[in-house]
Amino acid sequence: MTDGRPRLPGRRRQLAFAALALAALFVACGGDFPQSSLRPQSDVAREIDSLFRGIFWWAMGVLVVVEGALLFTVFRYRERPGAARPKAVHGNTVLEIGWTIAPAVILIFIGVPTMLTLWRIDGPPPSSDVRVEVVGHQWWWEFRYPDLGITTANELHLPVGKTADVRLRSGDVLHSFWFPRVSGKRDLVPGRENSLWFTPDSVGVYPGQCAEFCGTSHALMGMRLFVDSPEDFEAWAARQASPQEAEGDPAPAEDPMVTAGREIFFGAGGCISCHAIRGTVAAGVIGPDLTHVGSRSTIAAGLLENTPENLAKWIMDPQEVKPGNLMLDMGLNDEQAGQVAAYLLSLE
Amino acid sequence: MGTYSGGLWSWITTVDHKRIGILYFVSSLFFFLVGGIEAMLIRLQLATPENTLLTAQAYNQLFTMHGITMLLFVVMPMSAAFFNFVVPLQIGARDVAFPRLNAFSYWLFIFGALFLNASFFFGGAPDVGWFAYANLTSSQYSPGHGVDFYILGLALAGAGSIVAALNFIVTIINLRAPGMTFMRLPLFTWMTFVVSFLIILAFPPFTISTVFLLFDRMFGTLFFEPSGGGDPRLWQHLFWIFGHPEVYILILPAFGIVSDVIPTFSKKPLFGYPVVVYSGVLIAFLGFGVWAHHMFSVGLGRIANSAFSGLTMLIAIPTGVKIFNWIATMWGGALRFKSAMLFSIGLVAMFVIGGVSGVMHSSAPADLQQTDTYFVVAHFHYVLFGGSILGLFAGVYYWFPKVTGRFLNEPLGAVHFWLMFIGMNLTFFPMHYAGLHGQPRRTFTSPAGLGFEWFNVVSTIGAVITFVAVFVFLVNFIRSLRTAPTAEANPWEASTLEWSIASPPPVHNFDRTPEVRSRDPLWHDGIVLPAAEEVFHMPNPSYWPLVTAAGLLVLMTGALVGLPLVLIGGAVAVVGIYGWSFEPIH
Amino acid sequence: MERTSTGVANEKVLMWTFIGSECMLFGSLIATFLAYRDRSLVGPFEEELLNIPFITVTTFVLLMSSLMMVLALSAVQRGDRRGSGLFLLLTAVLGLIFLGGQVFEFSHFAHEGLGLGRNLFSGTFYLTTGFHGAHVAIGVIWLLTLWTLALRGRLGPEKSVKVEVAGLYWHFVDVVWIVLFTVIYLMSGAAAV
Ligand code: HEA
Ligand code: HEA
Ligand code: HEC
Ligand code: CUA
Ligand SMILES: [Cu+2]
Repeated sequence: MTDGRPRLPGRRRQLAFAALALAALFVACGGDFPQSSLRPQSDVAREIDSLFRGIFWWAMGVLVVVEGALLFTVFRYRERPGAARPKAVHGNTVLEIGWTIAPAVILIFIGVPTMLTLWRIDGPPPSSDVRVEVVGHQWWWEFRYPDLGITTANELHLPVGKTADVRLRSGDVLHSFWFPRVSGKRDLVPGRENSLWFTPDSVGVYPGQCAEFCGTSHALMGMRLFVDSPEDFEAWAARQASPQEAEGDPAPAEDPMVTAGREIFFGAGGCISCHAIRGTVAAGVIGPDLTHVGSRSTIAAGLLENTPENLAKWIMDPQEVKPGNLMLDMGLNDEQAGQVAAYLLSLE
Repeated sequence: MGTYSGGLWSWITTVDHKRIGILYFVSSLFFFLVGGIEAMLIRLQLATPENTLLTAQAYNQLFTMHGITMLLFVVMPMSAAFFNFVVPLQIGARDVAFPRLNAFSYWLFIFGALFLNASFFFGGAPDVGWFAYANLTSSQYSPGHGVDFYILGLALAGAGSIVAALNFIVTIINLRAPGMTFMRLPLFTWMTFVVSFLIILAFPPFTISTVFLLFDRMFGTLFFEPSGGGDPRLWQHLFWIFGHPEVYILILPAFGIVSDVIPTFSKKPLFGYPVVVYSGVLIAFLGFGVWAHHMFSVGLGRIANSAFSGLTMLIAIPTGVKIFNWIATMWGGALRFKSAMLFSIGLVAMFVIGGVSGVMHSSAPADLQQTDTYFVVAHFHYVLFGGSILGLFAGVYYWFPKVTGRFLNEPLGAVHFWLMFIGMNLTFFPMHYAGLHGQPRRTFTSPAGLGFEWFNVVSTIGAVITFVAVFVFLVNFIRSLRTAPTAEANPWEASTLEWSIASPPPVHNFDRTPEVRSRDPLWHDGIVLPAAEEVFHMPNPSYWPLVTAAGLLVLMTGALVGLPLVLIGGAVAVVGIYGWSFEPIH
Repeated sequence: MERTSTGVANEKVLMWTFIGSECMLFGSLIATFLAYRDRSLVGPFEEELLNIPFITVTTFVLLMSSLMMVLALSAVQRGDRRGSGLFLLLTAVLGLIFLGGQVFEFSHFAHEGLGLGRNLFSGTFYLTTGFHGAHVAIGVIWLLTLWTLALRGRLGPEKSVKVEVAGLYWHFVDVVWIVLFTVIYLMSGAAAV
């Protein structure tokens, strides 16, 4: 317990069980938990975490006292042969008042910090350095930066130390936006706009996940947050904002695979009915914007590493990879899929 | 004795509260196995990351049906089994106020439960979670019939619950033996009374929201349709106005059982009786003002969130009072660790764990990290399994001799208890960690590398142990039913009226209606039997409740199949009601 | 009547509790109606449709039926066979007239283009008043059943609790209407035509 993470107590009753619980505890402390809410990396997440730790220790106190009293009573007052019938005690007013007030007092210690934290984190952002619009789709995330002219999917980039002002909408059903390391959840409710803010304070990559059941592949609606240094963010933003060169424009020293792939993408593949590549005729809105898909580290909402094999696999049989998802199998064969994959990867 | 003799027909037409109680019990046990097997499949799927045992669709159906089944077809009907069997005996009545209505409630429940489960065989069960948030349930996003089964099945079962609850309210108000004042009612009867009020007040909002949903799906209304201005949050409000009181509907019967069992096996009266009663009433009352603690992440604003946070926390106070009074009852007592007592102590120990994690949820900012994770799953299994299920099993061991005249085997009972205790802790304790470390609930698979592997393996092992525990219980149950009846009237030396009559009780319960003189009548010579023999009539068996309920079942089926069947079902129900109204009762 | 702990008939306690439950039912409907008021995206809107004078008349009819109900009960309690039948029938008939008004109103609205799924007003309006109408219809059937009993002389004073319970129900349905009338019509801002 070097990092002071709270631990939940094991039970004493059964040695064997206690041992197992302890084992679980070590697992709990030793492992690496990239998606843990207990390892905050932003102002808001830290506020929530310290609030939770406070409540947690109060709760542990209650637990120890109550379970201790229970165990003591159970062992102390087991029936002994030949003993007289216990005295019939019907109650005690002082005790009743006491154990009504004691929890009430504890609740004040829980309730007041709760309200204070709530007031700090659940309101308008202190500043809005980076504005992001999030649109939830079954089962992927659309991220737009209205001030930067960027549209991307499933991978959110933010500069470290800047407050992100996140607006949340849904394109279909309820979803919930959740990067445990930087903030609590906020739902994406169809027909309205919700908001959320936080200031990430450490450079890194943090996984996130849709946290409201949204249908078949809810489990596979992941996302990633890249907290970049200011320079990295600038560079990333500049690249993302630029359109791809128009279809047919001469590309310097291009790989024939890429050319073939582009042919299919804009032609027989039918991809442009759903996907957009800014700067080209592809302007579909059903699927993720692919303008810079080659620069993403994962595809299909965090499900697959962005490699040529995975891209080809996805393009050939999206349903196999992600059950129920809304991309159609366009009937491409191995070779064609490989070519399209090469083309997509070239879109850096 | 003749209490339970007679063929199938006598069970189908029975209006005897004891037999109806047994019907409820057997049905709920059956559904416990169904819901438990669903849980086993869930756990097997989650045992390893990226497992492919179940498809996403199958998994989503399973957790939805597991939740619904456990809550509405296990805990509620098993509680109803005890309401039926025990309450009239505890208050000195010969039956409930409306015996045929009581049979009707049972038939509605069982038809609703079977109807909903039939969806597995007709195009797929609902796969939208037990709270079925709109607008995922719209005909656009849930085109199959699963959601229709949900609406119609729960309409039947819900109507059954309301009708039963009305009946118990009247029974407890009006059928108490002379001298059985409200402040002498056994705690189990009291909690039945409170729960009945919760049911009649909490179910209507749910009924209304399902009607809205039905109209959205079948007739194109726009209640939950964002494109038409409808608001999916309306469903959430209406659902949780039902859903939160529902969780107290699930726990208070168990609290009632424990409040009767602990004094019996401590040989001491319940400590602080009036406080335990009032705290139950207060919990119920507060339970209607906290629903939006399930909606902290919806974005209701900080004013609403802080109000609901604060109100939710308050519930810890009356609940704590109950816990402390139970411990005080045992304090200074002579504790006998019969199985019923083990399960009761287990409830106290486990419920507190679930209760304090509930308090952690109640803090809105903290809950933003917890909601929809396994931390919540841990919370509600500790209160539901560690609370409701352990409490109900305490009731099973406690009243089994009264119901059957036979005993459940005590050593096997202890094995059952310890296996279950270990199993449930192994299953649900690691979920606290998994949740806080970021494992979301309702996910059919979890990616490797997030650190959840061990928690899930341990959970699955725990579930297997629980499975064995339930199996031990089944063996015990069936074996005991085959032993010779040896139970005398009051084998546990308990204090309440149901133990003053033979085990199993005669059809008419009490030869002479006792007059009650104290809160623990069997301990303090608190019963006076009238000198004169009484004249009384027991109600005749009747098949009209079944006919009426069957009519409604056909009507619901018709809603899926076509108008003709709706009309036929409606006609049968009307005939049933008229047959019923004009049938002589005695 | 069987002996009861409170001295009140079981049927009456049942009806009172049932009414408690019904309050939550109508409460949910009314809350929804209020939440969705003025949020329809397309017309026809409530102000254009609701005809307050007309509904005032049918409301009055329903109120009168409650009066008839009171008279019916007292006739039954007195053992006045003719009066019982007459007033029960009158109550039912007034209820039917009210329902007729509702049928007229619904078809008029439909004619004006307010289909069930037209907008938020249509859904909340039809379901809320429809639920109430269904309650009236059940009440009418119940009253007519009692009326046939009265005609056959099977509704003597010893059976008066049956009528009392039906009366409780009927008055409740009536009170609900007063609330609906206020919430839906009077508060809608519709110009009195
Ligand atoms: C038996 C059912 C049951 C019971 C009794 C409870 C009891 C409580 N529950 Fe729980 N709850 C559920 C069943 C239940 N719950 C279910 C099924 C869900 C999930 C639904 C879903 O999403 O599917 C849920 C979810 C749930 C949430 C929403 C979580 C989320 O999804 O974000 C919250 C939030 O506040 C909550 C709070 C509480 C509280 C404060 C109590 C309190 O009543 C607990 C009070 C008890 C104690 C606190 C212990 C004893 C007290 C003392 C010893 C006194 C001293 C204590 C203190 C001062 C702390 N519950
Ligand atoms: C009283 C309520 C109750 C009970 C008792 C249980 C019992 C169990 N529950 Fe659950 N559970 C819920 C209520 C309950 N549950 C609810 C409300 C949800 C939320 C659903 C939703 O999100 O919509 C849920 C969700 C839920 C999940 C989360 C799913 C998800 O979010 O993806 C999990 C995961 O592990 C789980 C596991 C279990 C396990 C392992 C048990 C076990 O303890 C079960 C033990 C029982 C058995 C093992 C039965 C043994 C059977 C036999 C011995 C049969 C042998 C006989 C024959 C073959 C004839 N439950
Ligand atoms: C019917 C609409 C549709 C068509 C046609 C379609 N897609 Fe998609 N595509 C989608 C949707 C929806 C997603 C998001 C799926 C998900 O992650 O749940 C997607 C996701 C993708 C992704 C992953 C993007 C990311 O960042 O995660 C790639 C790559 C992709 N599609 C390529 C293609 C190619 C190549 C074609 C043509 C062969 C194609 N798509 C045709 C709808 C479509
Ligand atoms: Cu999107 Cu779950
Ligand atoms: Cu709740």
